Amino acid sequence: MNPLGVASIVTPGVDWLGVAPVALLALAAIGIVLQRSILRRASVAYPSALIVAAVGIILSAVALIAQWHRVQTDGSYTTLSKMVAVDGFSIFIGGVVLVATACSVLLASRYLDRERLDGPEYLALMLLSASGMLAMASANDLIAVFVALEIVSIPLYVLVAYDRRRSTSLEAGMKYFLLGAFASAVFLYGVALTYGATGSTGLVGIANYLSEVTLLERGTLLAGLVLMLVGLGFKVAAAPFHMWTPDVYQGAPTPVTAFMASATKAAAFAALIRILYTALGGSSSDWRPLLWVLAVLSLLVGSIGAVIQTDVKRMLAYSSINHAGFILIGVQAGTIKGVSSALTYLAIYAFLAVGSFAIVGVVAGRGDADSDLERFKGLSSRRTGLSWAFTLLLLAQAGVPLTAGFIAKFGVFSAAAGAGGTSYVLALIGMLTAAIAAFVYLRIAATMFTPAGEGDQVLASSKVDLGTGIVIWFSCALTIVIGVAPGFLLGLAERATLLFLR
Amino acid sequence: MTQFYRNYLAVAVFAVAALGMVGAMLGVGRLVRPNRPQPEKYIAYEAGSDPIRGFGQSNVRYYVYALLFVMFDVEAVFIFPWAINLEALGVSALISMIVFILVLTLGLVYAWRKGVLRWA
Repeated sequence: MNPLGVASIVTPGVDWLGVAPVALLALAAIGIVLQRSILRRASVAYPSALIVAAVGIILSAVALIAQWHRVQTDGSYTTLSKMVAVDGFSIFIGGVVLVATACSVLLASRYLDRERLDGPEYLALMLLSASGMLAMASANDLIAVFVALEIVSIPLYVLVAYDRRRSTSLEAGMKYFLLGAFASAVFLYGVALTYGATGSTGLVGIANYLSEVTLLERGTLLAGLVLMLVGLGFKVAAAPFHMWTPDVYQGAPTPVTAFMASATKAAAFAALIRILYTALGGSSSDWRPLLWVLAVLSLLVGSIGAVIQTDVKRMLAYSSINHAGFILIGVQAGTIKGVSSALTYLAIYAFLAVGSFAIVGVVAGRGDADSDLERFKGLSSRRTGLSWAFTLLLLAQAGVPLTAGFIAKFGVFSAAAGAGGTSYVLALIGMLTAAIAAFVYLRIAATMFTPAGEGDQVLASSKVDLGTGIVIWFSCALTIVIGVAPGFLLGLAERATLLFLR
Repeated sequence: MTQFYRNYLAVAVFAVAALGMVGAMLGVGRLVRPNRPQPEKYIAYEAGSDPIRGFGQSNVRYYVYALLFVMFDVEAVFIFPWAINLEALGVSALISMIVFILVLTLGLVYAWRKGVLRWA
């Protein structure tokens, strides 16, 4: 006791390696803000900010690899009084997020110059958001999940509205902000109810309580579960919480859209899987039907919604809802196989989405002016390489064999088949919607290979700069390599799931 | 009525009492006060400067100041419990708080260099 009569606080031990990936990204973001305060000339500030961002991402990746080796030998562990879990799962998702962040920074490197936007602030916001995603992947407490969710979301609200001279970007930012803030509040309400029902916010604490005590009245716990599902369903863009997705993906600057589709989805799914499997793993009969409905709705809304769109960015937004449905098929299986298939799907979808949006950004040209399907007409004669790359990525998204997309879809279907029962029906619906979605992808591909007619305006697309080129090559190469030899990625995902802390 | 809801009865009583008290104060004020309406009285008070007419009825520049204020206002929330326990917590807590304040100050420096603090 101290003189004021307040009980002294025991500070939790910190395992610095466990928090290093998050801290290094946040430090890089702070460094960028610092050097922006000192260097006022954009010609100096932007390149140096890019270097700081690259160093931050690389150091964070090194820390993740060090964690991976440590977890392999010593097993999973928690730190910061069980707030942060360091396990194979968090490291795998962290890797996906870092690769997606690196790709989005590469995409943005020339884009910001082209659009005359402030570079350093953009990079700082993106790194902050990514650090929140890493924190979300390893959050082992509902409060930690919520804080991480806010660290992810608040920079994203700004990034979506970043091109503030363009009204579509502002509108998208406003929509995302209003709905996102609402979703966060709903999630927090769910956290409060879960805490009320179980007396703990720690995921392991909740699991222990539920295994020891039989609740007489389950209403509070179920309401908490549903509200948390609503909040996270919003972030992963699962129907019926998908309303914002097409508008925001279309209006946001294209590198931000790529970042949201790949990294945000992975991080939000990480939190969803960890809450469901760690905290509520014993009551999977409660949440499996809920996820079943979410999955069916996402699959149907995503595929059918995409058919009636005429804008390629919106089509890809609906396809991202459809993909969320596929990942939910894996999650709802409620098995180890389900988790590892969802992880594989997230990793594969991350680079498919980044590559696709990179190409759309190039074709749409200055000011993200126009990503209408008309604009892709005759692209094959103008930009042969680009149109073949896009065709490859679209075929992969459709799930054609020998591409990475097939491996992803095969994984979730076999997980659903392994779970049996109603999951079979879900797998069938998934295959049906995959066929509908394939129509959309083939429609885009066919448009690119249709020669432009006399009356069609052929608008100049921008050049493929170095960063965008690297991203497109990278995602196409991975699509084929993983499609032909998926063993490495599948092995990683399996290993990560086995080290999943429960 | 279960015990669970009975616990919340106090909240309901409190809410009714609060509404009644506010209603009584405003009601008595309305009965007692003189009523001499002038157009100036209906202008929003904005620190002496002319208010902007229209939707928000306030100058958007206040928003940035409010943000900067909130930044340090919230800082105080963390500093008070920290200060009370500083002796028990030791040097590591001092370093943590210095880092925390430095990061916040950096935000202020950034805003200042960005020219936000100039009213023009």
